[in-house]
Amino acid sequence: MEDEGGAKESWEPKIIGFFCNWCSYAGADLAGTSRIQYPTTIRIIKVMCSGRVNPQFVLKAFQEGADGVLVSGCHPGDCHYIEGNYHARRKLTLMEDLLEFTGVDPSRFQMSWVSASEGQKFAEVVTEFTERIKKLGPQTKLSGGEG
Amino acid sequence: MKIGVYVCECGTNISGTVDVADVAEYAKSLPNVAVSKYYKYMCSDPGQLLIKDDIKELGLTHVVVASCSPRMHEPTFRTVVEEAGMNAYCFEMANIREHCSWAHMHEKFKATEKAKDLVKMSVAKAALLEPLEKKQVPVTPAALVIGGGIAGIQTALEIAESGFKTYLVESTPSIGGRMAQLDKTFPTMDCSACILTPKMVDVARHPNIELLTYSEVTGIDGYIGNFTVTVKKKARYVDIEKCVGCGLCAEACRLKDRVDDEFNENLGKRSAIYVPFPQAVPLKYTIDPEKCIFLKTGKCGDSPPCVGACAADAINHQQEDEIIELDVGTIVVATGFDLYDPSQKPEYGYGKIKNVITGMEFERLVSASGPTEGHIEINGKEPEKVVFIQCVGSRDKEGNEYCSRVCCMYTAKHAHLVRDKIPGAEVIVYNTDVRAYGKGFEEFYVRVMDEGVKYLRRELDDQIEVVENGDKAIVKAEGHPDIEADLVVLATAIEQKKDIADISKVLKISRGADNFFLEIHPKLRPMDTATSGIFLGGCCQGPKDIPDTVAQASGAAAKATIPLAQGKIDLDPQTSFVIENNCAGCGLCVEACPYSAIELMDGKAEVNEALCRGCGLCSATCRSGAIQLKGLTDHQLISMIKSSLSEVF
Repeated sequence: MEDEGGAKESWEPKIIGFFCNWCSYAGADLAGTSRIQYPTTIRIIKVMCSGRVNPQFVLKAFQEGADGVLVSGCHPGDCHYIEGNYHARRKLTLMEDLLEFTGVDPSRFQMSWVSASEGQKFAEVVTEFTERIKKLGPQTKLSGGEG
Repeated sequence: MKIGVYVCECGTNISGTVDVADVAEYAKSLPNVAVSKYYKYMCSDPGQLLIKDDIKELGLTHVVVASCSPRMHEPTFRTVVEEAGMNAYCFEMANIREHCSWAHMHEKFKATEKAKDLVKMSVAKAALLEPLEKKQVPVTPAALVIGGGIAGIQTALEIAESGFKTYLVESTPSIGGRMAQLDKTFPTMDCSACILTPKMVDVARHPNIELLTYSEVTGIDGYIGNFTVTVKKKARYVDIEKCVGCGLCAEACRLKDRVDDEFNENLGKRSAIYVPFPQAVPLKYTIDPEKCIFLKTGKCGDSPPCVGACAADAINHQQEDEIIELDVGTIVVATGFDLYDPSQKPEYGYGKIKNVITGMEFERLVSASGPTEGHIEINGKEPEKVVFIQCVGSRDKEGNEYCSRVCCMYTAKHAHLVRDKIPGAEVIVYNTDVRAYGKGFEEFYVRVMDEGVKYLRRELDDQIEVVENGDKAIVKAEGHPDIEADLVVLATAIEQKKDIADISKVLKISRGADNFFLEIHPKLRPMDTATSGIFLGGCCQGPKDIPDTVAQASGAAAKATIPLAQGKIDLDPQTSFVIENNCAGCGLCVEACPYSAIELMDGKAEVNEALCRGCGLCSATCRSGAIQLKGLTDHQLISMIKSSLSEVF
């Protein structure tokens, strides 16, 4: 689909991604190098380890108007920093409960494991997550927006 | 504060999708941006000069380059800004190629909007970046090589020749690896042992090499320049200082000629006390704990006959595993490969039909040091008709999708050896494309065909089946008449080591979709892993023939030697630091740190920068935000989140 006319024909979700340097960011690089196409909805912030992601960042993203937040790290057992992704998993699993408590649909938040060789998987994760968020519509609960 | 923004066209790689002029113009509207430009190739000399001149003339304090992935050119641009007098860590990159132009090639407008967002986020972060000072630490002038096949041997010899202490750790009782099992090597037909054995001997007598056979690496700590490696020296039950390799113990063993000999692919037999092959290095005996009657039952006749036979008093059934620690600066992984087990595909009849063997089994059968002393025989008879089947376990949509790269040529070699040793034999090769790409390969393939070997082509998806018929095997290949053969040889795939999950856990290096270890860049950095100071040699990175294995092993040796020769290494200054006033001394960060880099001193957390690897786990754990990661603080990350979501900056 060519959109060069510049018309914003429909609402596009805004997704913030926190990706670890060693696996998932590299996997996203590989998707690009392999010219695998996926929606333009995601803005990736590189962290050294998924375990660096403070739950505060996820809440902050929703407060600032993100429609979805994706955290991605190395597969369990493959963490470059031994066990950082386990920390991430423990911490961010609680995130889902907190989101539910605050009235944000927890499915607006996702964790995924993408290795440096999984460019295809990365693109699939972003595509599916985008579709899911599109169905949920704009997130207004924490951003205070009108949607 | 003055930020310079430089947008790269990357030829048309970026500008073919993203309107770079629009992005550069947009960047001018962002706070603190003093200058914004776009150029054909920012990484080229003129591109670099553009940045340097602006830093000097405009007094830029921070620079943002919007181009490829920081995994590609961040080091390049950090050096560029440093050369112009700016601090390297006041530099930030926006990835508008891998994460944007290449991923959204049919959505030019949206891709341009995304590129603007990425630049906006980088500018927001850059504005909060502070200068950092690099620290240097000394490098331990020693290397570890894991795996004693031809790759590990080559690597160890070259590092040792450069003048550095080298530890070579091999899990089996002898070095030599897969190459030691081969009879001849394609396409020159050199005798494998003749070219390998002298190198094995060189390893054993090199003053800079410490050989640790029958040993396994069980742990790695530290970082480039300063690794601490834990090695388990498995009990051999033989004192290698005393053993002279005479072999009288093996002669005396009650299980002589009764234990399957794995070096001969279980086609021959050995004793429970053994050397894997006559040219083993070191030529020291080992007791197989799985088989030895005394070790299993505590009794072997009145006394174990091996003990009685050993004049050197070298046998010690009470020996125990020993754990040692090595300090090294760099590590080369050369763990090699395993071969595909064709019994996973019942249609080949392997394991059920005696006439069906693997290429490696053929290799032992045809070798003068093998169980038949080089006579090709099956069921005691010389075969008259031999069928080779290629791509068994390779190029398989359901299994290993890759090509194993060596099977075409080793099959050609095997076919030649059959014709050589049994001149009247009929030899047929079922191939699915012959790949003869290496030096001298095509010539060898043509020679083998000229010798009368018949090549029959099948499609990869065509059915093939081997069925038993008395003392023969019938090969039924789709599109071809059935062939009644005396011997069927399967060209099985090269696969990652079966115990790779254990090795990976110790090394913490990534594997690709093919399960082989992943190099950090497939073209320009084929020996580097994502972990600085750990390099890859040989087939653990992917299937290779011997020349390619040796070339890569030499490359890995060169890479591993560089930090040793430099003698010191720059530490990444992007480590954690504590804001003392905010620290409550709760110690959560101490527990979270995987590297024990944080301690509580007088009720406050304190970071040992030499141990900190910059993962940021501590920072994500701290409830009062008192511990932060330089170059990736909460403040910097939140500024990126905010800027990416705000319509206005």
